[in-house]
Amino acid sequence: MTVEAPERASRGNFPEEEEYRGLLNRRTRNARLFQAASLMALTFAVLALTTLLYTIINDSFGLVAVVNENQPEDIVAGLGYDPAETSLADLSYDELVGLLQGAVSSGVGRRLEREQRFYEDRLVFETDAVWIEICSSDEPPPGCTAGLRDGANVFSLVQERVVVPDVIAAYELVPSLLSPEEFDAEVAAGFESGRFGEYTPDQVNIEWRAWFSMTFLRSPASSIPEVAGIRTAIWGSVWLVVITVGFAVPVGVGAAIYLVEYAKPSRFNELIQTNINNLAGVPSIIYGMLGLAVFVRLLEPITSGAIFTDGVPPAENGRTILSAGITLGLLTLPVVIISAQEALKAVPDSLRSAGMALGATRWQTVRSQVLPVALPGILTGTILAIARAIGETAPLILVGAASFITADPTGPFSKFTALPIQIFQWTSYPQVEFQKLAAAASIALLLLLLTLNAAAVILRNRYSRRAQ
Amino acid sequence: MTTDRILDLDREGSSLRKRPRPGELLIRGFLFVCGAISIATTVGILYELGKESLLFFQDDAVTFLDYLTDTVWQPQAGSFGIWPLVLGTVLISIIAMVVAVPVGLLAAIYLSEYASPRVRGFLKPVLEVLVGIPTVVYGFFALTFMTPLLRGILGTSVVGFFNVASAGIVVGILIVPLISSLSADALQAVPDSLRQAAYALGASKLEVSTRIVVPAALSGIAAGLVVAMSRAVGETMVVTLAAGASPRNFDLGQDSLFGYVLNPFESAQAMTGYIVITASGDLSYNTIDYNSIFAIGLTLFFMTLGLNSLSRRLVKRFQEVYE
Repeated sequence: MTVEAPERASRGNFPEEEEYRGLLNRRTRNARLFQAASLMALTFAVLALTTLLYTIINDSFGLVAVVNENQPEDIVAGLGYDPAETSLADLSYDELVGLLQGAVSSGVGRRLEREQRFYEDRLVFETDAVWIEICSSDEPPPGCTAGLRDGANVFSLVQERVVVPDVIAAYELVPSLLSPEEFDAEVAAGFESGRFGEYTPDQVNIEWRAWFSMTFLRSPASSIPEVAGIRTAIWGSVWLVVITVGFAVPVGVGAAIYLVEYAKPSRFNELIQTNINNLAGVPSIIYGMLGLAVFVRLLEPITSGAIFTDGVPPAENGRTILSAGITLGLLTLPVVIISAQEALKAVPDSLRSAGMALGATRWQTVRSQVLPVALPGILTGTILAIARAIGETAPLILVGAASFITADPTGPFSKFTALPIQIFQWTSYPQVEFQKLAAAASIALLLLLLTLNAAAVILRNRYSRRAQ
Repeated sequence: MTTDRILDLDREGSSLRKRPRPGELLIRGFLFVCGAISIATTVGILYELGKESLLFFQDDAVTFLDYLTDTVWQPQAGSFGIWPLVLGTVLISIIAMVVAVPVGLLAAIYLSEYASPRVRGFLKPVLEVLVGIPTVVYGFFALTFMTPLLRGILGTSVVGFFNVASAGIVVGILIVPLISSLSADALQAVPDSLRQAAYALGASKLEVSTRIVVPAALSGIAAGLVVAMSRAVGETMVVTLAAGASPRNFDLGQDSLFGYVLNPFESAQAMTGYIVITASGDLSYNTIDYNSIFAIGLTLFFMTLGLNSLSRRLVKRFQEVYE
């Protein structure tokens, strides 16, 4: 580093009083300006991300104008309850099923029952004879084997089929709080302009709606935004993580052990190392294409489960959770390997020497001396890899995550959807209700990631404290 | 211990030699396979992308020369020129870098040179968490916040609903934490003695930062910028959601350069966007559409590989080594 020698000094001609002060002031001013600029840059970065969170939360709650085909109060009153005391959610399971029975056609009812049964001991829409017949046919419907519907499920069915809400306008959180009267005016203006079609103003209820709610988390996906939820997507993401971790962690940690503990410097081992660094920089969409070509297409007999059954394969093609999980496993592999390598390298050599000196073989030393010490570091890396896998969208689209399914995945050979896919789909629909759903699903995804990251930070802190 | 026994032991020395242990060998073999899987992944990527690309170029409608030179991408009409898609990707990446480089670098300088250790200890993990926000969430942000904002400021007649500027700015915001995190690491690796020497000569913080620390960390910063650029090029979800789904076909002889070809306020599909949109429809194997996404994927792979190798070379060649 060379610092330019000031010209004046070399001439032995220092600036005089006035000039000196002027120069000094300018330097101080520039320094202050620069500090302000860099502080502003940091503020901008933080502000942009605050705006992101604000947008999501702002879109997840707020006033809605909703038209119900049947008012919940009327339904409750029809069953003999006082609508002021009892709400639809307070009704018992039997009452909800009864409502459903009275509202849907027998065809729809039979379809619902074939998806999932209502009662263990009796059928609501089907007759026993038909049920036994279809269940012993070659292609039994899922209802023959799936578990029973639960209260939340039947409640959302009642919402969907009996109440049939239609949100015709929705407002964001902050304007809903600050100027709720403007929303009323907007709805009224909408009626005047004929935007709401055949609905009349007295059919409209203006109410608060939390798009992100427990019901939202517990309801299955639906094409009707008012009752749609993300349970299907959450289960899809959970299955994906299980398979991703099941693949990436053993293989990744194994590779790291090989590279740190076993590999002697050779061309091939160097190649592996360079290659891992390169793979970490490959865009995720490329992994998706690899997954599409290899797991979905080439290995279809395995990923659709066809080779594990004699007759009907569990999935019609290779676009299953298994394909997607292994694809994400390959994607997170470099992250797992690199962090496991760091953790292993941080284990002091004296432990290895001590193990060897006692006559332990290399694997015995690694297993009982090195790995336990490196474990927290490996875990941290693993959690961060999971966090990355949960948020990935592009590779899942490539390997064919189904855009619209309402059945929870039942195993590695299921078709599936996942949280980020659901957000992507909802964001790309033009209707405002789907934007709200996308925002609410984003909150769920971010909360999940925040939890995982917090776990990683806690692990890292505990680890570094113990190492001191 | 008598001499005899020592001699005994010596005679039996052969049994003390390393015995072959099948278990150990098996484990070693398994670990080696784990290491080799990463190689298999690379080979798999190159093989599959290459194979399908070859099928793509063997199609009668496609010639390699047209792919590299044509400026119209219209699979229905049999035009397969990569440039409209590259244009989308490059425009978005440039806008992203214009937003992210000054903000990211200045934020890194603040973090490394001005912030107290407590502030730094708080902000650094925050930045790391922000790097991990899923890009699909940023895509939602682009569509529901940035696009309406731009259209509100500049007018809906100027800014299209799908536009490159919104996607570019949001990709920029997305890579700011990456740039500032990597650059702050590089700046903090500069030894304190350099700073102290400059302060001792009467330099201000500005002079120390811009004339001493940043030049000393330049290789690390440049490498970080190139990594960020490669991330912007490979970024998919924001681009798919906010930049539109039609390639910006152009004709340099006829279309106005700034009014249309480089106009940031109109839509332009990027390479990654094309791949996702094509793959999310009903895609049957061995069609020209199926093969085309692999050709584009291969092009993208080489673009990002080039950028990542450049980044590593920068670090190696210009790294200042301090004792």
